[in-house]
Amino acid sequence: MTSETGIGAAVKRKEDARFITGAGHYTDDINQPGQLYAVFVRSMYPRAEIRSIDVSPALAMQGVVAAYTGADLAADEIGDLPCGWMVKSKDGSDMIQPPHPPVAVSVVNYVGEPYAMVVAETLQEARDGAEAVTADFNELPVVVDLASAHGADQIHEAAPGNQCYDWELGDREATDAAFASADHVTSLDIVNNRLIPNAMEPRAALGMYEAATGNYTLYTTSQNPHLERLILAAFVNVAAESKLRVVAPDVGGGFGSKIFVYAEETAVIWAAGKLARAIKWRADRSESFLADAHGRDHLTRAELALKADGTFVGLRVKTVANMGAYLSLFASSVPTYLYGTLLAGQYRTPAIYVEVQSVFTNTAPVDAYRGAGRPEATYVVERLVETAARELGKDPADIRRLNFIQPEDFPYETPVALTYDTGDYDASLKKAIELIGYDGFAERKVSSEANGKKRGIGFSCYIEACGLAPSQVALSLGAGVGLFESAEVRVDVTGSVSVMTGCHSHGQGHETTFAQIVSDKLGIPFENVDVVHGDTGRSDYGLGTYGSRSLVVGGSAIVKATDKVIAKSRKIAAHMLESTEENVDFEEGTFSVTDSNQSITFPEVAFSAYVPGNYPLDELEPGLSEKAFYDPENFTYPAGAHICEVEVDPETGKVEIVNFVAVDDFGEIINPMIVAGQVHGGLAQGIGQALLEHGIYDESGQLVTGSYMDYTMPRADDMPNFVVDTTVTPCTHNPLGAKGCGEAGAIGSTAAVMNALTDALGVVDVPMPASPETVWRAMQGE
Amino acid sequence: MYRFNYHKPDDMDAAQQMMADAEDGVYLSGGMTLIPTLKARLASPTDVIDLSGLALSGIELADDSLTIGALTLHSEVAAGNEISSLSNLALAIGDAQVRNRGTIGGSIANSDPGADYPAAVMALAATINTTAGAIDADDFFQGLFETALKPGAIVTSVTFPLPGRAAYEKFPNPASRYAVVGVMVAETNGDVRVGVTGAGPCAYRQRNFEQALADNFSVAALDGLEVDYAEFNSDIHASAEYRGHLVGVMARRAVAQIT
Repeated sequence: MTSETGIGAAVKRKEDARFITGAGHYTDDINQPGQLYAVFVRSMYPRAEIRSIDVSPALAMQGVVAAYTGADLAADEIGDLPCGWMVKSKDGSDMIQPPHPPVAVSVVNYVGEPYAMVVAETLQEARDGAEAVTADFNELPVVVDLASAHGADQIHEAAPGNQCYDWELGDREATDAAFASADHVTSLDIVNNRLIPNAMEPRAALGMYEAATGNYTLYTTSQNPHLERLILAAFVNVAAESKLRVVAPDVGGGFGSKIFVYAEETAVIWAAGKLARAIKWRADRSESFLADAHGRDHLTRAELALKADGTFVGLRVKTVANMGAYLSLFASSVPTYLYGTLLAGQYRTPAIYVEVQSVFTNTAPVDAYRGAGRPEATYVVERLVETAARELGKDPADIRRLNFIQPEDFPYETPVALTYDTGDYDASLKKAIELIGYDGFAERKVSSEANGKKRGIGFSCYIEACGLAPSQVALSLGAGVGLFESAEVRVDVTGSVSVMTGCHSHGQGHETTFAQIVSDKLGIPFENVDVVHGDTGRSDYGLGTYGSRSLVVGGSAIVKATDKVIAKSRKIAAHMLESTEENVDFEEGTFSVTDSNQSITFPEVAFSAYVPGNYPLDELEPGLSEKAFYDPENFTYPAGAHICEVEVDPETGKVEIVNFVAVDDFGEIINPMIVAGQVHGGLAQGIGQALLEHGIYDESGQLVTGSYMDYTMPRADDMPNFVVDTTVTPCTHNPLGAKGCGEAGAIGSTAAVMNALTDALGVVDVPMPASPETVWRAMQGE
Repeated sequence: MYRFNYHKPDDMDAAQQMMADAEDGVYLSGGMTLIPTLKARLASPTDVIDLSGLALSGIELADDSLTIGALTLHSEVAAGNEISSLSNLALAIGDAQVRNRGTIGGSIANSDPGADYPAAVMALAATINTTAGAIDADDFFQGLFETALKPGAIVTSVTFPLPGRAAYEKFPNPASRYAVVGVMVAETNGDVRVGVTGAGPCAYRQRNFEQALADNFSVAALDGLEVDYAEFNSDIHASAEYRGHLVGVMARRAVAQIT
């Protein structure tokens, strides 16, 4: 059914009515009778031995019900917060996973790390109680600087040299040989700045326990409630999986930061059991800055070897990645399997070798943040390519075209472990060049100069591996869980449909997109399809939402379950129409007999399924509800071309983005409006990284950017009018032909901006974020 | 927040009496600084005396001056008046929410180094009218969050002489949008004043700029003039040196607006 609400239609989002009228239902909106409030006592020291903690002054305060330390959790055998991806070092040894108790026991390792929790009748009383907790610390030497962290004072007993792992990928000898034979080598030292995610809704948890049944319920701001439940049950030891229900209701943005299982919800659900009372915690914005997992934070030496004509012959990358003080849930995979594997980019570079050393520092844990490794990889590759083009006097578009993997090369096996299924990189580049009016750039530059401004243009042709993930590939690379997705399509007696998914929507618009798919396939009104997500009590085990996986993996599971519904409906319809399955067609919601005018609608079949008077029950079970699990064959490979034009005010160093074009190949698109929105949001984050955002710790380990007074969140007036468009090469291995669009904006845009800026200034590099003073200094030759 | 006693007096005397009686009182005007400070538990006054019940709002035009009541909102000043540079300055403060709560009296009394109004107070030679007498602009700002306001006194209004020509240029902090540097240049009957905010611990006049412009009111007159930035503020967004540079840039742009 190609309708106003079917696949491909720009349907307005179902969920927006409640979001924009303030009628959303977020964790902090949910309250229980007699609920208590938790406040965490957080370390002011970046690193210190805990000599003693005294909670008794808190317990003496009005309204305080309980106060716990890490020792209390340990006494109840609450386990450490685990890292779910085992990465091995070059020598085959396992990565180092230092102990990470949810609440610190003997040592604190970053400012903001919780070392006690106070529970009181009111939030105010809990705050007062938290301030009354006293502790005696012995301050220890602090490791903050990433470049010198390896070899600095050892933070964890288990991690000599503060090293987590020293990983490699690719063929070192072949790459070295390629460099030896190259005509030209372009080298860059690249800093990928630390970012702080800043979801609009801060993290929150409401823990409940019912003593009569032993059932726990945890409402929390999670991107993956089933994984949260699995970890709390299997690793942290809070409760049996069957006794724990995790609900992630409306969640106001995640960007990766809500994938992870954190200290706070762990302690809250545990304490709810101890006290048999509901307990709520909600982060203040200051706590979000301190204690949400941060993103990026790499130092990289990157070299590209080329022939004189611009052909890439080798790529060598050496990166130091900051893990922060502890390994967060997926931290180890971000600078390895989500980074090193993407270094081929869109190019036929025959030899690639990457080494990544991950180190611990006395800063907040660093983990996946929108794009997760792929923005860092794109930044390395695309900054190198643009710089090489300049050094060789080539047009940046031409040097890319010369090296693109061509449409006939697919499936294309890269030197860094991925097999791209399809793409047409020049199609996106060509369209982007047309949309930005590349031919007119020189003229625009002249007119900018006449206005006293420096103008530059920059390209970025990115690729990402999305649709996480083929389970067996992921498991073989160290993942701790499968990465399939579940779906259930439950048809009601009257023909309305509930779709249960293990994915979770925290801004992605699943309630709309998934309803479009199911209503299109079943030929029923869009309004009759409800999408249910975020509740382990309602959906089968699924893996949640991150890595642009929901449509690709979750949507495919929904297609699979819907196809099962259609198959069974067809059987019932055949009986009702007194025909045979083979002779019944299904189109636009109607079953009809081939070569006859007899037909019956889907709702009529659904009704009969539940009022089973006209088909043989010994052949067919009553009811119409089907489940499916879908495990992808491969990753998907969204790719595209972003082109940015900037103007720089030479007197102040202020950069203005005057033109931005993003042409993306996301494969088939279900809802172009939602896709455009995803791209806009991603671009804002990628541009934010380039020009505005920076999580800064000072030398003493204090977070300097702990509020919006200092952390520069992108605002609408920092953004240009984006021109976004798409090209389509359908994914070859999933039923929707879709590739995923959630991260592309943040992956592709950063390099485009910095390439444009360095072009405008005529310099090799400017550190990110390119704040006005940074740019001004670059213009002074500093 | 910590607990405090909240008062909302309806006349000036009562307000001052409440302050005198309080162990550690604080006046609340628009609350743009005080409320976030209280919420972060960075201040613990015993008493908060809310001035919003006092009749201190409004803009009055006299022959040669404009008097703006202390509780006048930034948005009300931004809406337009006889001193267009002042309206422009008010329009550049914060965002719409801030402009609809923040007051001129609160801004000036707080002497935040990044506040915009102090540049206008200096450049326009304003008089700060308080319950303890009037204070000249040149005497008012004394340091970081320090003013000549007497303890317990309340700013009641600010009187701005109408300038011949005046313009404000601001370079906002990319995160907070406070002024990294804001410069107002005003010329009235040959007398030139250059008020600078954001750069130093409090607003001040850039005297060497004033002299140069008094001789020759042109952008070129500022070329090559030094700005001593030794005592300037320095943070992750702008070093003292960069602020010093921006004082020149913003001043030139302000002059360019009105020449």
